[in-house]
Amino acid sequence: MSEFLYLYRGGDSSGTPEQMQKHMQKWVDWLKELGTKGHLKDQGNPLERTGKVVKGRKAISDGPFAEAKDIVGGYTLVEAKDIAQAADLSVGCPIFDTGGFVEVRPIMKM
Amino acid sequence: MEPGDHLFRREAGRMVAALTRLFGVHNLDLAEDVVQDAFCRALEVWKLRGVPENPSAWLMATAKNRALDILRRERTARRYAPELGRLLESEWTLSPVVNEAFSASAIRDDQLRMMFSCCHPQLPEVAQVALILHILCGFGVNEIAAAFLTRSAAMEKRIARGKSVLASSARLFDLAEERELPKRLSAVQRALYLLFSEGYHGAHSQLAVRADLCREAMHLCNLLLEQPLTATPESYALEALMCLDAARLPARVDASGNLSSLYDQDRTLWDAALIAKGEELLDRSATGTHVSEYHIEAAIASVHARAQSAAGTRWDTIVGLYDTLLTIRPSPIVALNRAIAIAQLRGPAHGLEEIAAIADSARLADYPFYFAALGELELQRGHDEVAHEHFLAAGKLARNPMERRFFQQRVDACDRAPAEETPTS
Repeated sequence: MSEFLYLYRGGDSSGTPEQMQKHMQKWVDWLKELGTKGHLKDQGNPLERTGKVVKGRKAISDGPFAEAKDIVGGYTLVEAKDIAQAADLSVGCPIFDTGGFVEVRPIMKM
Repeated sequence: MEPGDHLFRREAGRMVAALTRLFGVHNLDLAEDVVQDAFCRALEVWKLRGVPENPSAWLMATAKNRALDILRRERTARRYAPELGRLLESEWTLSPVVNEAFSASAIRDDQLRMMFSCCHPQLPEVAQVALILHILCGFGVNEIAAAFLTRSAAMEKRIARGKSVLASSARLFDLAEERELPKRLSAVQRALYLLFSEGYHGAHSQLAVRADLCREAMHLCNLLLEQPLTATPESYALEALMCLDAARLPARVDASGNLSSLYDQDRTLWDAALIAKGEELLDRSATGTHVSEYHIEAAIASVHARAQSAAGTRWDTIVGLYDTLLTIRPSPIVALNRAIAIAQLRGPAHGLEEIAAIADSARLADYPFYFAALGELELQRGHDEVAHEHFLAAGKLARNPMERRFFQQRVDACDRAPAEETPTS
């Protein structure tokens, strides 16, 4: 098994309270399913949409660093046989309902 | 969080109430933005980290912090709640005031004040109901439009207009204002009654959507009962009526998804706990001298709830109650229901006579159950062909596929010649 990082990019999840709750529930269910199948290494964390970009002592500026549709909103660490399986597993991610996408990156091995 | 629990929707109404107290009703938009913000944060965090132990407290804390930020930063830029005015200006009083606004009892009071404000006399009843659903029950414009089978654009306009009427008032309705209270309370009761009816008799085909509306109406009516100033006999009667009617909801659609009339319902499916609660509330409503339409309607529902079968129903009592209801709130629909009860008591011919005598029956011309009632009574007295025509007419007016199927089944029943009918056990 190898490890992969899911980077969640973009996606606008605003809506009516009911829609948002349903969307949230989809995420919870999806991650739970990944866990039951034994693919969840670390459910990860959400990230604030703003921060600092540091390019040296005198070059610290405010984010955002990318267009809203590309901003990383969170990450999850998964285990899979290979990158093909890792990518397949991300297809069920509810982020696609809101126009976002998942970037799947293999963790380099020692 | 249980599946089927509408946590976000419920908390939306509570947060808006608290935030409006702090920001002032003229800043309703800002309050709604903060609520949306809190949900966005909740969604971002919970979707990866899971739902916290106490999701409601989490949301409230998030909204509260955001409110503090805004009040601190924009203290001079905007004029906030005039009642709180100076208290919001000093850091010493700001936090306690904000904390107080988010306490459970303050939220409950503010929800009530918001509900009364939504029932502004400048707004038509249907706009009041929509506004209540939107602001207090967290329904989106599209969701309300769908539930009422209205176009979204029209609903959007209606709600925007309602909000601007709200925002133009200096403050939320004050329950302690004794002169205004009784009149406004009856407007609130009426709006909740309409909200419940939309759920109970409404045109939406999904029972789940309609049960939602009923549940919201009952929940809001319950708020009236928790506040001594609004816990009047009428409020008790209204909540009783809702409980007793809602108890029958599970039986309104049978196992194969078909509409089931009161006469054919499986009464074992009626919710016994809701019936008991309704009966208790009805007892508690029996104080004072004023008998309202809600008292009478609750009494009618209670007679049905206590009957073992349609045949075993005290139709004489029901006819008497409808007589009284007609004097309190005359309407062709009430008259139609009275006629149907008379038919149960004295036979279909009498019922048809009563229907023919309904004064402004023209107003029933679009009501599918008017023709269904005519069809039912004609069928009962053996005029199958006439009944057939009436059910066809009802079918043309059906508001959703479930109703259409129901009327088609009645049409089919007319076509079965009586001789071929298999005897029922």
